[in-house]
Amino acid sequence: MKIVVPVKRVVDYNIKPRVKADNSGVDTQGVKMSMNPFDEIAVEEAVRLREKGAASEIVVVTIGVAEAQPVLRTAMAMGADRGILVQTDADLEPLAVAKLLKVIIDRENPGLVVMGKQAIDDDMNATGQILAARLNWPQGTFASSVAVEDGRITVVREADGGLETVRLALPAVVTTDLRLNEPRYATMPNIMKAKKKPLETIAADTLGVDIAPRLEVVSVVEPPVRQAGIKVSSVAELVGKLRDEAKVI
Amino acid sequence: MSTQIEREEMEFDVVIVGGGPAGLSAAIRLRQLMPEATVCLVEKGSEIGAHIVSGAVIEPRALAELFPDWQERGAPLKTPVTEEKVLFLTGKRGFSIPFIDKLMPAMANHGNYVVSLGEVCRWLGAQAEELGVEIYPGFAAAEPFIEDGRLCGIITGDMGVNREGEQGPNFAPGMILRARQTILTEGVRGSISQRVMKQFNLRQGVDPQTYGLGIKEVWEIPAEKHKPGFVQHSFGWPMDDGTYGGAWLYHFGENLVSYGFVTGLDYSNTWLSPFQEMQRLKTHPEFAKHLEGGRRLIYGARALSEGGFQSLPRLSFPGGVLAGDSAGFLNMPKIKGTHTAMKSGMLAAEAVAEALGHEGPCEATSYTRRFKSSWLFKELFEARNVRPAFALWGNRLGALYAGIDSLIFRGRAPWTLHFRHTDHEALKPADQCKPIAYPKPDGTLTFDLTSSVFLSGTNHEEDQPIHLKLRDPSKWLPVNWNIFRSPESRYCPAGVYEALEENSTMRLQINAQNCVHCKTCDIKDPTQNIDWCVPEGAGGPNYPVGM
Repeated sequence: MKIVVPVKRVVDYNIKPRVKADNSGVDTQGVKMSMNPFDEIAVEEAVRLREKGAASEIVVVTIGVAEAQPVLRTAMAMGADRGILVQTDADLEPLAVAKLLKVIIDRENPGLVVMGKQAIDDDMNATGQILAARLNWPQGTFASSVAVEDGRITVVREADGGLETVRLALPAVVTTDLRLNEPRYATMPNIMKAKKKPLETIAADTLGVDIAPRLEVVSVVEPPVRQAGIKVSSVAELVGKLRDEAKVI
Repeated sequence: MSTQIEREEMEFDVVIVGGGPAGLSAAIRLRQLMPEATVCLVEKGSEIGAHIVSGAVIEPRALAELFPDWQERGAPLKTPVTEEKVLFLTGKRGFSIPFIDKLMPAMANHGNYVVSLGEVCRWLGAQAEELGVEIYPGFAAAEPFIEDGRLCGIITGDMGVNREGEQGPNFAPGMILRARQTILTEGVRGSISQRVMKQFNLRQGVDPQTYGLGIKEVWEIPAEKHKPGFVQHSFGWPMDDGTYGGAWLYHFGENLVSYGFVTGLDYSNTWLSPFQEMQRLKTHPEFAKHLEGGRRLIYGARALSEGGFQSLPRLSFPGGVLAGDSAGFLNMPKIKGTHTAMKSGMLAAEAVAEALGHEGPCEATSYTRRFKSSWLFKELFEARNVRPAFALWGNRLGALYAGIDSLIFRGRAPWTLHFRHTDHEALKPADQCKPIAYPKPDGTLTFDLTSSVFLSGTNHEEDQPIHLKLRDPSKWLPVNWNIFRSPESRYCPAGVYEALEENSTMRLQINAQNCVHCKTCDIKDPTQNIDWCVPEGAGGPNYPVGM
């Protein structure tokens, strides 16, 4: 079975994102970028499935600028076999990403797609679901455990009230939650090997997909700065302040 | 690190430790001279540039020797210096020192550029990779690899060791990177460089190294206030006459301002906080007027070497060489270390290339000879008496001496002043020092430590051994607390050290996760009791371009 793992290049999780002075978006100029942490979990899970014998080939795909290539190399250093960069400078929404991924998946014909449940930059949590719908495949989202057996995949989902176990027929789309696994380190010899693995670049505009945005960003602002707290000397004072100043009771 | 671990080995002609200007210049020069040589560069930051902190006004001299066509290649030196001011500050006013270019020609910045050194290093890294250097960011050199009395490479840090020191589920053992020659360019107080200097006795007969702590912020200011290429330095307030320190403020890039403060780590008052000095100087009218209406984007800190010529160790040893601030090539009176770091890296590479041409193990001894016949030697030699004059006679007389040394002797005075003690010996007990009352942060110009460290993008994998250790934990209470009142809780610019009261006794809490890798604690602890080990690779600050 072949597994396709879509990965996204995002502002590194250690970086405090900075809103552009004109409030048009987040400034990514010169900021450290790396693989979306949920996608790292997806790569790790795919590698583990291959190590268990449930998969034979892992293809990582990313969509974005030429500088997104290192993200594919990282995935290949973790164990993916080859990479595909669908190159575009456009800002993409989940719908456009899902459409482009569908073209790649139709071509690659995998038995399973594993991807992060959301990207930490826009927190959309939509691409996996839209992709499953457009492929007309079953989906198991927020996976905290997966097992492949007899052409089916069992996914334990982190639902709101607890854990939900679903069994899906393959091919299917699985999106990964935080507790699924802890990704391995890319070791130096594996980073070296990854430099020699095949990486294909496809221009997004050759795929015949309408990727025009459907949403308009009105304004991006930083969260308001939290006001400093005060110390009160008695319960009566606390109640008084909550009622008269904060007006919450 | 346990020795029972089975380690994989990789072999290179040359291993370079540290991806700053010295290491990258050495890597580039090596491949220019020997396109066949295998050159591997390891960098503990998550990417090249992630741990780089500098002002920075740089002199393009060394870069032009490395790449005569640097401008066509698009090196990010985009803001030439256009206007320069040196101020002596009192609490309320600033006095501009006239004719600084005549008085101290070495300080003049005509022809220099204001840059983000992190950006320059990223560019150098790309050039090096194009020339075939193998660069591995996120891999820390944890140990020197010594065989038969000779440095034969380094061992990278183990990954995935838990807090208790046991191997976690993702444990990946460090590797031996074997090299015919190893170039150490870790920057100030590199942990391998320190061990190698000790092992091979490289500091014998030279002055102790003296250091400074630079703390920096990058601001974005309104476009109408921005004067690209404006460069300002100050001395005087808020330092007293016996404490060495000064500030810089540079306008560069797109509406960016680099502001920072260097405190000489030979300060004696244990109550001094370099961070608070740096914060309060921003309220001085000569600095506030530049920053008001702007917003702070980045924060970071790094120690720098100030000793210069007299403090340089022996540069080569069996199996390797020291370059950049690992050796201490910064030119303090000039307030510049990038061109000297690059030049020393290039000279080291030339000597290493020559050594590689010989059969069998050898030492790149021609490095010292090459250094002595270079402009780098002349520059550091002529600057040698300025910093010790400040250390010996204080700021006013020191400045006077510096003027005379420069104007009359042109740096060629027939004597050499010396550093008498190490920085940690300079600290005085708390009861002999005057406490300093620092103002509270106002939240617009001045800030607290926590919100500052947040802007350095610092992180360390949580479940790993504490990388800052007390060699003897029982010393802290009687020495650090009872005598000095926990100076580490004030000199650390990242809030790593906290003296906490618990059951009516004091204890030291070490928040190693905040560490920005500045190395000040390794330098200034009064009994040298703090051991700075490299944490897991990719940990530490993540300074963006602009820093």
